[in-house]
Amino acid sequence: MSRVLVGVKRVIDYAVKIRVKPDHSGVVTDGVKHSMNPFCEIAVEEAVKLKEKKFIKEVVAVSCGPTQVTETIRTALAMGCDRGIHVEVSGKDYEAMGPLQISKIFAALAKKEEASLVILGKQAIDDDCNQTGQMTAALLDWPQGTFASEVTIDGEKVKVVREIDGGLETIKISMPAVLTADLRLNTPRYATLPNIMKAKKKKIANMKPADLGVDEPPTRLAGVKVETVDDLVAKLKANGTI
Amino acid sequence: MSLSSLAELPEMHQMMRQTCRDYADRELGPIAGKLDKEHLFPAQQVRELGAMGVMAVEVPEALGGAGMDYLAYSLAVEEISRGCGSTGCVVSVNNSLYIGPILKFGTQKQKEQWITPFTTGEKVGCFALSEPGNGSDAGAASTLARQEGEEWVLNGTKAWITNSWDASATVIFATTDKSLKHKGISAFLVPMPHPGLSLGKKEDKLGIRATSTANLILEDCKIPLGNMLGSRGSGFKIAMQTLDSGRIGIASQALGIAQAALDCAADYAHKRTAFGAPIGKLQAVQFKLADMAVAVESARLLTWKAAMLKDAKKPFTKEAAMAKLAASEAATFCGHQSIQVLGGMGYVTDMPAERHYRDARITEIYEGTSEIQRLVIAGQLLKEYAS
Repeated sequence: MSRVLVGVKRVIDYAVKIRVKPDHSGVVTDGVKHSMNPFCEIAVEEAVKLKEKKFIKEVVAVSCGPTQVTETIRTALAMGCDRGIHVEVSGKDYEAMGPLQISKIFAALAKKEEASLVILGKQAIDDDCNQTGQMTAALLDWPQGTFASEVTIDGEKVKVVREIDGGLETIKISMPAVLTADLRLNTPRYATLPNIMKAKKKKIANMKPADLGVDEPPTRLAGVKVETVDDLVAKLKANGTI
Repeated sequence: MSLSSLAELPEMHQMMRQTCRDYADRELGPIAGKLDKEHLFPAQQVRELGAMGVMAVEVPEALGGAGMDYLAYSLAVEEISRGCGSTGCVVSVNNSLYIGPILKFGTQKQKEQWITPFTTGEKVGCFALSEPGNGSDAGAASTLARQEGEEWVLNGTKAWITNSWDASATVIFATTDKSLKHKGISAFLVPMPHPGLSLGKKEDKLGIRATSTANLILEDCKIPLGNMLGSRGSGFKIAMQTLDSGRIGIASQALGIAQAALDCAADYAHKRTAFGAPIGKLQAVQFKLADMAVAVESARLLTWKAAMLKDAKKPFTKEAAMAKLAASEAATFCGHQSIQVLGGMGYVTDMPAERHYRDARITEIYEGTSEIQRLVIAGQLLKEYAS
């Protein structure tokens, strides 16, 4: 049991007032404060705690995106991760990227790094997809412990207490596994000054999705607006969707 | 560190500023009012800050510190002070006034004994220079130290000592050779508590009320000879050099208080409506906010420059004095104007504006009054122009 992969996503800071772009193509991100997704912070904290309890030897922080995401990886290093991996995706590809492509990247990295656990935040606060963890587990054919509010390692198994609609569910899954962190899993630590200094010396490896055998996301096709539901049904019948 | 750092701080500095800001927002902001009202020393928060490395920013890692530079320290004090002015004061006194001189003038053994235990937040130190008979007139120290065998025996009273009731040690200044006047003052390290050292009553202050301020009374207080800091007679020099750096710390504290006052006023200007619109639409309010912002930002740049000069081991006495003067006057100005923007709400304890106003006031007085700063600046300036 040696290595944990933790995903960290760079998102617009939770306290920022979101503004829509004048051309309605998205939200304003230029010059806007970004930080690590709060659920990713909880994921990092859990991984670092497991390392401190000596259940694992190494925590690797991974982020996908343009150059700026290295700031987020650096923060994860300052919280105690050992090294980082920056999977470089920028421009239009970054805007088109979604959970499926991210999951493929994480699945490929989990195999490459021989990870025992992949810990992600349950969802990102910008898109609220809540899909990446689940898709990653499916691609790897690994068990998944999602919405974790308590994680206990027990030999080769992980006991996960999950927060579900009806209350709490406890499951026991074998490793390697994918976990997603929910709010009450832990309280993330503040990066200490000595750790910020140490983070400077920790390595961040650089790679592209293609290096992991992951394709570019398909170019998103333009949609069509219709006036009525009848038109919609007609169009869907015409192109064979229904 | 180059000039471009003034435009955008290096990544490490941004990260440490962020972590301090996060801590101040989440842990200090919510309790600052209570700490002030009940005069409570933030012991738990000081321990947490110690664990983060904030109580010993410039101390090398080998001695238990964070091993960062003075610019990083200035950023840390500003962010902490923005959350709680009192806590920022505790951080500044421990770093600049207590650890500072020992780091600079102490032997390796003294550093291990007197610095390392004070890096964790478990213990804090204090600095005892002022006396009931002299504050600005530091050279007139009447506390005496005489040698008796293998000990120094100290007698006298020190006044206005910040952290006194919460400290575990002090750097204290006493006259060893009265005939040499200010060249006859030496510095000593005294543990607290210690036989022969007692504390006066806690002062009931206008602001920074979570810190303890009191007299230190020395009555035949005996310490080993090895407790002298630096060489005999170098006390005044040690004090002055310590205060030079300490000024950057206090400037940073003042910036934090000023910024908090500005934040409070600007936020209120968005929300409070009068005459049919948010008051931020009124020019009178806009002018106040603009003046506050200029005062803070210009003082901040002076503070950063002084810190960067110190880090580059260049002379920084004039710049440090300018920073302290500008920042403390910015703090009192912003504190005052912030109350004005809030109107009646600024006068009551429901809003933090009145606490910022009270906390700001001390920054123009301690570690060198604004008047002394002006003398220091003029002195340096005239030296530059001397033919």
